[in-house]
Amino acid sequence: MAFGPFLLLALMEGLVTSAVLALAAAGLSLVFGVMRVVNVAHGEFYMLGAVLAWAVSAVVPGPPAVAFVLALIIAPFLVAAFAAAADGLILKRLNYDPEATIVATIGLLYMIQQATLSLYGPNANPVQAPFEWRIQLPWFGYSGYKLFVVVAACLVLVALWSFLSRTKAGLIMRATQIDRTTARAFGINVDRVYMGTFALGAGLAALAGVLIVPIQQAHYLMGGDPLLLSFIVVIIGGLGSLRGTLVAALFIGLSDGVISMFFTPTLAKILATLLVAMVLVFRPQGLFGAKA
Amino acid sequence: MKAWTLHLALIAGLFAAQFLLSPYHATNLARIMVLAVFAMGYNLAFGYTGLLSLGHALFFAAGMYAAGLSAQFWGLSAGPALILGIFGGGAMAAAVGLLALRTAGVSFMIVTLMFAQAGYLTILYFGATTGGDEGFTLPAATRTFLGFDLSTDTPRFLAALTIFAAGLLVSLVVVRSPFGRTMVAMRENEERSRMLGMNPFTVKLAALAISGLYSGAAGAAYALLFGYVGASFATIQYSILPMLYVLLGGAGTTLGPFLGAVLMFALIEAASNLTSAYLFLVGAALVALVLFAPKGILGTVRERVARWLP
Repeated sequence: MAFGPFLLLALMEGLVTSAVLALAAAGLSLVFGVMRVVNVAHGEFYMLGAVLAWAVSAVVPGPPAVAFVLALIIAPFLVAAFAAAADGLILKRLNYDPEATIVATIGLLYMIQQATLSLYGPNANPVQAPFEWRIQLPWFGYSGYKLFVVVAACLVLVALWSFLSRTKAGLIMRATQIDRTTARAFGINVDRVYMGTFALGAGLAALAGVLIVPIQQAHYLMGGDPLLLSFIVVIIGGLGSLRGTLVAALFIGLSDGVISMFFTPTLAKILATLLVAMVLVFRPQGLFGAKA
Repeated sequence: MKAWTLHLALIAGLFAAQFLLSPYHATNLARIMVLAVFAMGYNLAFGYTGLLSLGHALFFAAGMYAAGLSAQFWGLSAGPALILGIFGGGAMAAAVGLLALRTAGVSFMIVTLMFAQAGYLTILYFGATTGGDEGFTLPAATRTFLGFDLSTDTPRFLAALTIFAAGLLVSLVVVRSPFGRTMVAMRENEERSRMLGMNPFTVKLAALAISGLYSGAAGAAYALLFGYVGASFATIQYSILPMLYVLLGGAGTTLGPFLGAVLMFALIEAASNLTSAYLFLVGAALVALVLFAPKGILGTVRERVARWLP
């Protein structure tokens, strides 16, 4: 294959990574922005979404499309409910202290991961895509499902954006983000906003997990990479800035696609992690964020 | 005086333990003592200075690979390899500290985490030299110290005990010295200590470097005593473990890291007979500790019973 089509393929793969990453990172960014909580267990919510999608597809008979649509509804909902419970039982009692919540979510990470290992097992299981449809380009054929993932992620992100900027609930959320004390003085139930935010963030990660599972397989350790990448995206985009997060997701996803096609992925990861550390040290507002 | 008696009694008790325990448990105790040195180093940074790092595995691995690689390729014997490991860990901590200490709180946690992750990936990247994930076993000829074979039970136990005792007594001296008080001042109120004319950056950097020396010593000792060097010791899990030991035993207490290491080791040992998912316990313990006992065991004892505990 010539260089041009090869680059096109790399960019398309990168676009799929970007789309899934944008969903997961938007959840992480939302939770950090509103609650000031760094959720280390975020990758496990992504993993739970994928594993639950597999479970739904194993239980529901009939064409894979039906099971997939069901999974798309059930998995994020269950994960969000679980996250809401974790918020009420653990994070709230820590008064959302930033350092204590990191330690607690590390604990949560191990618990979710190991519970999944016990209940689901160490194997990776595939889930059938809802439709088999290939787009034939002049140089190579490309899975239509992957393009669907990109479109679906864009739709969800547009919905998220209109929710935050156009609805009353979104307004309340933004008010809490800007000033928690004043929000409370205006009669906003901050505890409920926090619980809702944490559930929403987890639900977004789970949704990303459901979307990715027909491409990757569901495995109990699959949360590690998206967690690291989401961290990178959220930090480079500026902590708590949703717009920055989306730009960074596109940037990181595309460069991940290109770099891992032309260089070794390990070297790419080393450079990316060092870049994140340097950004935090020298430009804590992020590469795209305004000066704080 | 009371404190010195207590610490020396613990060391004497551990010396006696080798005659009472089965070889299997004695080896485990040696392992616990080495890991306790790592946790003591973590405690100096986190418990006393308030630096919550998620990257100590990097310093542990720096010591481990400095000792392991020099033994493997230059045929260094245990003594020089250990010294190289100690300074490897300290130098790595100082280098990371120079950059990471420009941040604080959550940012510091993430920066240290990222540096440790980059270190882990670097070990994998140079897999041809480091053996990558599989690691390598140290040649038996290098695992000797003054003619003693460190791969046999008694010398191994005594070497671990010596390093542990040195680490424990040095940490006791450090935390009771004027410098130790300034470390605590950083934890309690950095702004006020700055007003009193201290330089928070240099104090924290020195504390982190000392912590790195401990971690490096533990890493090097682990490689030399147990004969294996591998990338798994550089993973995030090995940054979490010392934090867990310290939180359980009591942050900011000299004996807490050892107590935490013993208890956690026993707990995991008991659980791994029942299930392969013993890491679940690690997670549950972390959550339970931050929720119900943020001061840990000895921290609570000090608060309620024995105020003199260092």
